[in-house]
Amino acid sequence: MAQPVLDVTDLSVRFDTDDGDVHAVDRMSFTLDAGEVLGIVGESGCGKSVTCMALVRLLPETARIDGAALFEGRDLLAMPPRELRRVRGRSISFVFQEPMTSLNPVFTVGHQIEEVLARHLRLSRGKARERALELLELVRIPAPARRLDEYPHQLSGGMRQRVVIAMALACDPKVLVADEPTTALDVTIQAGILDLMRDIRERLGTSIILITHNLGVVADIADRVLVMYAGRKAEEAPVADLFSHPQHPYTIGLLGAVPRPYEGDEARRRLQEIPGRVPSLRELPRACAFADRCSRADELSRTEIPELREVRPAHSVACFHPGPGAV
Amino acid sequence: MSGTSPVLEVVDLVKHFEAGRRLTGGRGLVHAVDDVSFELRRGEILGLVGESGSGKSTVANCVLRLVEPTSGTIRLNGTDITHLSRRKMRPLRRELHMVFQDPYSSLNPRMTVGDIVGEPVRLHRIAKGRALDARVEQILDDVGLRAELRYRYPHELSGGQRQRVGLARSLILGPSVLIADEPVSALDVSVQASILNLLRDLQSTMGFSCLFITHDLATVEYLCDRVAVMYLGQLVEVSPRAELFRNAQHPYTQALLSAAVVPDPAVQRARRQVVLEGDIPSPLAPPSGCRFHTRCPLHDLSAPQSEEEVPELAEFSPGHLVACHLVKPGRPSPRLVEDAADIVSAKTA
Repeated sequence: MAQPVLDVTDLSVRFDTDDGDVHAVDRMSFTLDAGEVLGIVGESGCGKSVTCMALVRLLPETARIDGAALFEGRDLLAMPPRELRRVRGRSISFVFQEPMTSLNPVFTVGHQIEEVLARHLRLSRGKARERALELLELVRIPAPARRLDEYPHQLSGGMRQRVVIAMALACDPKVLVADEPTTALDVTIQAGILDLMRDIRERLGTSIILITHNLGVVADIADRVLVMYAGRKAEEAPVADLFSHPQHPYTIGLLGAVPRPYEGDEARRRLQEIPGRVPSLRELPRACAFADRCSRADELSRTEIPELREVRPAHSVACFHPGPGAV
Repeated sequence: MSGTSPVLEVVDLVKHFEAGRRLTGGRGLVHAVDDVSFELRRGEILGLVGESGSGKSTVANCVLRLVEPTSGTIRLNGTDITHLSRRKMRPLRRELHMVFQDPYSSLNPRMTVGDIVGEPVRLHRIAKGRALDARVEQILDDVGLRAELRYRYPHELSGGQRQRVGLARSLILGPSVLIADEPVSALDVSVQASILNLLRDLQSTMGFSCLFITHDLATVEYLCDRVAVMYLGQLVEVSPRAELFRNAQHPYTQALLSAAVVPDPAVQRARRQVVLEGDIPSPLAPPSGCRFHTRCPLHDLSAPQSEEEVPELAEFSPGHLVACHLVKPGRPSPRLVEDAADIVSAKTA
């Protein structure tokens, strides 16, 4: 097995607030292989975005980050800021949910892509423009030469997201982190963006971390999936195994909560609800974070933190009572 | 169709907005809704589906008289309400209520939950004092909120609780029509499930009719009895739920169904999708003829008729209406891709 592109060990993120610490991420470990699409799934506040932002230290000063994140053999979390700046946007780049907020409204699309190229690769203006045109072609924007001189407001939402992806790909990154890249888009546009990401992975061999709350998107494009709950990893598995043999009660709950189209009467079965709500991240209980909402919870779940263990090939789960079946 | 008259009838509804002259340099008309007709039957949930800019929310706003329709007729329980004055409209508002998408911005942060939920009762002078309290308590219980939450403020509640408050407020007067505009799209998956379950339970116990506006086809299949699909201000297909998911006719509906992701990797990866060329055209200058012709994968078959003539929304089979030149009774549309339903049943067989 080749060396993973990214190897994260015991990543924890705490935010210092007036009311005490908020433990956004607690001892997350994961790897990302070359050319792999890793889906990180979870609901609002589970720490999926913070995990990825912490990797390149794009968090406010109140954040305290512990752990290690090895990228090409070097620890991103211990790297001097100057060097880290060369990694961000060049070797590891980001695509966010709302394309309009990632683009500067007062500069043309071409200018913004060229800026990345000039900053990281020191390309001349002429060369940068050529490359920008290539990039727009790569992300399949129609009439790319004309688009270079247009402003973000002249583009549709789907086109803007393609421009953001073009910028992210400008320096041929090893890792692309896409944080809810299709959430703000219509389904027919979403299908095109997912297709584009698949294409990028195949043609350029880019590894992709896809953060999403949409299980359908994960089913469509991810190779491996990480389910997060309250800042911790609940389950990790190859995509097919996660959907066919979910082990963690939270994963089973999530899968039961989404309506499934095309299943006739099955589509009308009552949706599964997960009782209660996500615990506060102010204190880290010495317990399973899901215990209060879980029908399988017992004394052990309430007094010990479940460690991850492998229950099926490449499939690990942090639960004292894993297994299929109703919850 | 049964003999009872529909609760809500929308006939040839048109809404054009004048576009900002200073910015565009000239006068422009946004064709938000053009010639939309449908009826909402007693006790049914009708899904109104479409992508951003299709005009689905404008239809809702016209029905609620939040915007003035350009032309057309809206009848509520047989009464023409299209141009009723605010005063004449007021007593009818009891029958017609709305749930909004964002439970954070649609509740007054300075009112308690009890006041928010009881406000329609007070405004219509239906009850006060103890009687009002009792009604508020009852409806909070119906939507699954504990009675003591009535003294809380919206910021103290979770997203799911707020949306329950929104539902309680719109249902406290027992309206005959509930209009829900993307009521779950701002919520987390597990919370969505509880609100969708609740809406289905309340509908079956209280019996109201619901116009459910959404872009999410999976939700439609879960909740709705019939589905109406909009594209660029017009209805392209209206069909009973099962028929739509099994036998969609309009090429746009087929494309929309094929693009929706299914949360099952085996099924999702076996499907093919119809890729639509280009973007949705501007409603300032909608295409001539069939508005979908600029992106239609079947354009070669339908041209030139589709570029010149507007297709009528006509009956394809009983209860199933389609607006496409290629579709006639007994002559279904060519299939663009294998039906997802077939893939699912093949997998489960």
